[in-house]
Amino acid sequence: MNLQAAIFEALESLSANKVRTGLTILGIVIGVAAVIAMLAVGNGAQNTITGAINGVGTNLLFVFPGNQEQDVKNIKPLSQGDVTAISDTLQAPSIALVAPIIMSNFDVTFSGEQITSQVSGVTPAHESVRNDKLTEGSFISDQDMLGNASVAVIGPDVAEQLFGRTDGLVGETIRIEGQPFRIIGVMESRGGGMGGSQDNIVYIPLSTAQARLIHRNNNKYDVVFIQAVSPEQVTSASDEVSQILRTRHRTEIGVDDFTVLTQQDIVDTAQTITGVLTIFLGGIAAISLLVGGIGIMNIMLVSVTERTREIGLRKAIGARKRDILIQFLTESALLSLLGGIIGIALGWLIAFAVGKIAEATGNAFTPAVSLDAILLATIFATAVGLFFGIYPANRAANLEPVEALRYE
Amino acid sequence: MKQKVIEAKDLKKIYKMGEIEVHALDGVTLDIYKGEMVAIMGPSGSGKSTLMNILGCLDLPTSGEYLLDKESVGTMSDDQLAGIRNRKVGFVFQSFNLLSRSSALSNVELPLRYAGVKEGRLRLAREALETVGLGDRVNHRPMELSGGQQQRVAIARALINNPAILMADEPTGNLDSKSGKEILDLILRLNKERGTTVIVITHDPNVAEKTQRVIRLKDGLVEAIK
Repeated sequence: MNLQAAIFEALESLSANKVRTGLTILGIVIGVAAVIAMLAVGNGAQNTITGAINGVGTNLLFVFPGNQEQDVKNIKPLSQGDVTAISDTLQAPSIALVAPIIMSNFDVTFSGEQITSQVSGVTPAHESVRNDKLTEGSFISDQDMLGNASVAVIGPDVAEQLFGRTDGLVGETIRIEGQPFRIIGVMESRGGGMGGSQDNIVYIPLSTAQARLIHRNNNKYDVVFIQAVSPEQVTSASDEVSQILRTRHRTEIGVDDFTVLTQQDIVDTAQTITGVLTIFLGGIAAISLLVGGIGIMNIMLVSVTERTREIGLRKAIGARKRDILIQFLTESALLSLLGGIIGIALGWLIAFAVGKIAEATGNAFTPAVSLDAILLATIFATAVGLFFGIYPANRAANLEPVEALRYE
Repeated sequence: MKQKVIEAKDLKKIYKMGEIEVHALDGVTLDIYKGEMVAIMGPSGSGKSTLMNILGCLDLPTSGEYLLDKESVGTMSDDQLAGIRNRKVGFVFQSFNLLSRSSALSNVELPLRYAGVKEGRLRLAREALETVGLGDRVNHRPMELSGGQQQRVAIARALINNPAILMADEPTGNLDSKSGKEILDLILRLNKERGTTVIVITHDPNVAEKTQRVIRLKDGLVEAIK
């Protein structure tokens, strides 16, 4: 019997019991839809995070003290001397701008309202290195630095929390740890759903922070942001920084006591994390697909029992084992294939809805349904159908014709 | 000398029910000739059904020799038996055994599909239905047909591959007397006009008396042939 006839016959017998067929398919639909939606959400998260990191600027490098991979004793801090050396265009021709910061969390208040924010002491170069944009006012200037001015640029979350608005704030005075600071600018939202703290920040002049707020010995910096001349020169900039710091920290031999991260490193790390997340979500969804497969097996077993006489008759008029096997396998494969197709559509819809909900709640992020996920889900669903169909089909094929014909 | 379609020698069928052995057939020897119409009769438990299953190649004897159309059946695999049933045996059952979801035409066509016939299946099926007088009912489903008509479809299905024997197991058992008589007449006509060899298993003496020979079974043995 050829495949076309087998498929036609399978459709005929599946449509004879529509409710049952529908419910069985539903199991697969839910499984496949879950897999598609989860993978799409995972991919979307990955794209968004990668995009957010890249939005900061692809020629950005971070330097901070300590080594993430190995234990190092006697870590030397990043000092003003280090920063000056890195800023030297003769020693480091690939580096355009250097922006050291110190930071700490403080309570920021305004007439009874309070928020705990990350307060950073920054230099004027920080604005262009971090690609920060202001919605109003201006960034910290050289004059502010020289005069240890009590001025602040606040993030939109801080503005929203303290004032309930994000405009017309220049000139207002907030208090950080009780000390008054005049607002000179409000930052644009960085958005991107990278966690709330991205917008819950306050910038003050580095000199002011060192003098009055964040007391550190001999000009220790927490992070030094570096902008390479161009994205192509990020690697050479990274090498130059490492070279300079090794010489200055006297660690030419042995392990670095600092870490230089490029934007690409961070993107890679983020992709690894979201990749694991995607696999995890997809794996959970795959379990529901498995349950759907067991549903198919269950219903096919019922179907074989119900149709014992039919199987007996088919054998009596000449059906071989293979014919019966193909007949029932076709039915279970069709069940899962139909479920797979509907599931893909539903999964797509769910992914789309998640995107809309995310948009509505302000975390713009677009789930991405990939061709890979669709192929994977289809193949997996059909494989599930075949796998769980084999046992019932085999049972049918091995029925004795005499017994089967006598079955009531 | 007439040609033998069925040659059975000393057929035995023993079922094991736990410790007890049941001798359903205890050495049956019989020949059936081409073009004959034979009735097999006997009380229930006499081994009629077992004999029919073996003669129809649905089951294998425990011992003994069975030649169907000169082919030895005893050592065949399940799939070979399926092939033999497909080509050489046509079954008509008491309860019709039609596929309820399929039309009369698809029901009749089914053996051709298993035989791997690629072309002309529907034409042959239509001709077979015309032979049994259902040319105008080809697209009806079994539910839409009377019992007698359903049995005609079953007969058409049994004939479609031009089998060596037509096995009819109580073909009139589920029918009222009028349609039962019509079915019997149809089988007789097929036997006479087409020369189809027919084996009828029956309780009904009215059926048996229309046949040329009656084989009586009792306790797994041939009691009498007349």
